[in-house]
Amino acid sequence: MTMTRGREPAVPAAGLLRRDFLKVTVSAGGGLLIGFCLPGTGARAEAAAGDPAPFAPNAFVRIGADDRVTVIVNHSEMGQGVFTALPMILAEELDADWTKVRFEPAPVDPVYNHPVFGMQMTGGSTSTWSSFDQFRKAGAAARAMLVAAAAQRWKVDPAACRTENGTVVHAPSNRRLSYGQLAEEAARLTPPSPVALKDPKDFKLIGRPVKRLDTPEKTNGKGVFGIDVTGPGMLTAVVARSPVFGGRVKSVDAERAKAVPGVRKVVQVPSGVAVVADGFWPARRGREALRIEWDEGPMADFSTARQRQQYAEQARQPGLVARKEGDPLSALGSAAKKVEAVYEVPYLSHAMMEPLNCAVDLRADGCEIWTGTQFQTMDRATAAEVAGLKPEQVQIHTTLLGGGFGRRATPTSDFVREAVHVAKAAGAPVKVIWTREDDMHGGYYRPAYYHALAGGVDASGNLLAWSHRIVGQSILAGTPFEQAMVKNGIDDTAVEGASDLPYAIPNLSVEYHPMKVGVPVLWWRSVGHSHTAFATECFLDELAAAGGKDPFELRRALLAKAPRHKGVLELAAEKAGWGKPLPAGRARGIAVHASFESYTAQVAEVSVDGAGKVRVHRVVCAIDCGRYVNPGIIEAQTQGGAIFGLTAALYGELTFDQGRVQQSNFHDYPMLRINETPDIEVHIVQNDEKSGGVGEPGVPCTAPAVVNAIFAATGKRVRRLPIRMSEAG
Amino acid sequence: MISLIVNKRRVDLDVDPSTPLLWVLRDNLGLNGTKYGCGMAQCGACTVHVDGQAVRSCVAPVSRAAGREITTIEGLSPDLSHPLQRAWIEVDVPQCGYCQSGQIMSAAVLLKEKPKPTDEDIDQALTGNICRCGTYPRIRRAVHRAAELAAEGGRP
Repeated sequence: MTMTRGREPAVPAAGLLRRDFLKVTVSAGGGLLIGFCLPGTGARAEAAAGDPAPFAPNAFVRIGADDRVTVIVNHSEMGQGVFTALPMILAEELDADWTKVRFEPAPVDPVYNHPVFGMQMTGGSTSTWSSFDQFRKAGAAARAMLVAAAAQRWKVDPAACRTENGTVVHAPSNRRLSYGQLAEEAARLTPPSPVALKDPKDFKLIGRPVKRLDTPEKTNGKGVFGIDVTGPGMLTAVVARSPVFGGRVKSVDAERAKAVPGVRKVVQVPSGVAVVADGFWPARRGREALRIEWDEGPMADFSTARQRQQYAEQARQPGLVARKEGDPLSALGSAAKKVEAVYEVPYLSHAMMEPLNCAVDLRADGCEIWTGTQFQTMDRATAAEVAGLKPEQVQIHTTLLGGGFGRRATPTSDFVREAVHVAKAAGAPVKVIWTREDDMHGGYYRPAYYHALAGGVDASGNLLAWSHRIVGQSILAGTPFEQAMVKNGIDDTAVEGASDLPYAIPNLSVEYHPMKVGVPVLWWRSVGHSHTAFATECFLDELAAAGGKDPFELRRALLAKAPRHKGVLELAAEKAGWGKPLPAGRARGIAVHASFESYTAQVAEVSVDGAGKVRVHRVVCAIDCGRYVNPGIIEAQTQGGAIFGLTAALYGELTFDQGRVQQSNFHDYPMLRINETPDIEVHIVQNDEKSGGVGEPGVPCTAPAVVNAIFAATGKRVRRLPIRMSEAG
Repeated sequence: MISLIVNKRRVDLDVDPSTPLLWVLRDNLGLNGTKYGCGMAQCGACTVHVDGQAVRSCVAPVSRAAGREITTIEGLSPDLSHPLQRAWIEVDVPQCGYCQSGQIMSAAVLLKEKPKPTDEDIDQALTGNICRCGTYPRIRRAVHRAAELAAEGGRP
């Protein structure tokens, strides 16, 4: 039931931090619950002394005598709203009083594994839909036990009782008891099997724009992110890492660094040299005083210019076949008009507002880690390996994540691995903080890709052929997921969104060239879709223009057998007023794309001034994510996704020269700001289709919708991101 | 020894005077609501008030704040009662939440100077605050709402 059932209670004071951060409570039901007690207010669960939450029917919920309902959430909160959406699902079936519902991040334990991926993690826009049944059943089981407890006390038939707003009611005798009053008795009962679930038409919370539970602690500064974690004796470290990927320390002179007041130790770790100090500032000053000679390794002369040339050459060769229908080569040969184009995207940094960090308290018999991670199971295994412990001896306390976007889900557990090495070498509890520059130079980027496309239309403008070749690194290659997830050399994360092109085109091929490059790459919000939607949706626009068709009407015709694509396309076009006049100089562009089992379309309204400055005035988004939980969160995620996509379209670019990333901070790797933010409308399709993701699908359509609007406004095609009108042709 | 007045309390500190105010607040005073984002006044996550003005504490040496009145997010209100905090909750602004202290502190100065800000005023006052999650549309709505709440309640 609970994570630690059957295990000996933790020895108090076993570690410096355990005393301060852990509260161990034995529930009346016999389950031992260990909760991470963070300072905080609002809805964050804080087990008050003497309130041992008597009723803990499963790993996901506890109910206290004070009526508080604590939902234990096994997905990390990085802004996407899981600390609200998952409690809503459980509270719905529990018929809880929503004002009494609190959340708590789960510890690491197999019971909290992702129901689909089989490890504890957050990603792929899966949290809400994948946990939907699990959280419903957890709530429904608790409710049934509370009803049984009330019926037992009242000596009535449970079927004659109903529940509402955190109480069990027996209408015939006009009696009612709160869940808190029943908690202790309910804890003695056996959970029902199977559990009866509500008819969705009776949902009261699910489907409504319920306010987020974590907003109060995010408006008063009390919310605890990884960078905020501290404890007695905890030191702060910054690490000097190789300026070139794959480089190693040749020699280090730490004398001047050690002389900086506040610097305690300088230690070497596999990733570089760590300066351990009383706080961030002395650590950073100490690092500046280090003299390190690096062996820069084979990437020392790596450059973006050369990589682009290599990718272009590679694209001339046939690649691995990801999809093939008909005979695109001969169809292209016989087309009335043939169009060829190359689309390119650069490496991108996730640039979460909270730079990476990780706090570690390593002892002989155990290790505690505090960090904002999306990958608890992998991180725990990695930490155990570095520390020489068993995974069960490592506990990870997941803090709030100051943005994730994929960067905190590293198969190598890079930032956790390094922090455990630093703690081990320093012999003290230590928090490693990455500076913004460290974060931006630290790799695990969205890979750069080169897309070579060719298409043909007949004399009436109908699409006959589509050929798409993608060149770029595989995210999964070399990771533990490669064996299971890379099929015949095709990494789906490189071709997704292209290999499943929804348009009815009789002759079609999609090929992939996986490239081996020493730059660490990773999933970046919307992963493959972040670049395939740009290439496919812009190129389709080119073919529409070549065939003399309206971009919306052509898509509509080609999506006749793809109703959910067509639905969002029409919705976005209608709400945007597609075809209606706009002020002079403004034009619209449209894009449609499916990702993470959701369907999105966007229409962007754009103008370009005489100096080539692009201004996006309005973005109309339509999303069909099937049956949904919280439309307020969907709106926010979709707006945020469009802004994320617009940032990449207008600004995002990391380049290399002499093996070094040339950008370092927000002055040369800019983010969209409030004064550049267009009006963004979100329209959500209502249906009973299977639920899809929400966190990422807002991103892919923005760049192509904007680029297509630029063409409509200027007649110029942008084929490389970020947008530079000087390059448009 | 440097003396500061932080959230109306006087504190005396023995720190390197070149230390940015941000790290004194966080590492010496435990006021972790003020965030580190860039270290070069580019993102606004570290915004605090110094004598009523919005200051990027990541580039302000603590020596420059000596004797001045500093307000951090923790000092904005003791109970989420500031109109901006009420509006932020009503409009459900934050996503990850990391930048929000800075956004609110910048907006608080704006509302003091312009109790009825236009969209342009908001854009101008908050251009220095990056939100990677993209909460800008709701920030705009919430600042307008806070202005209404302040007008009703006589604050700020």
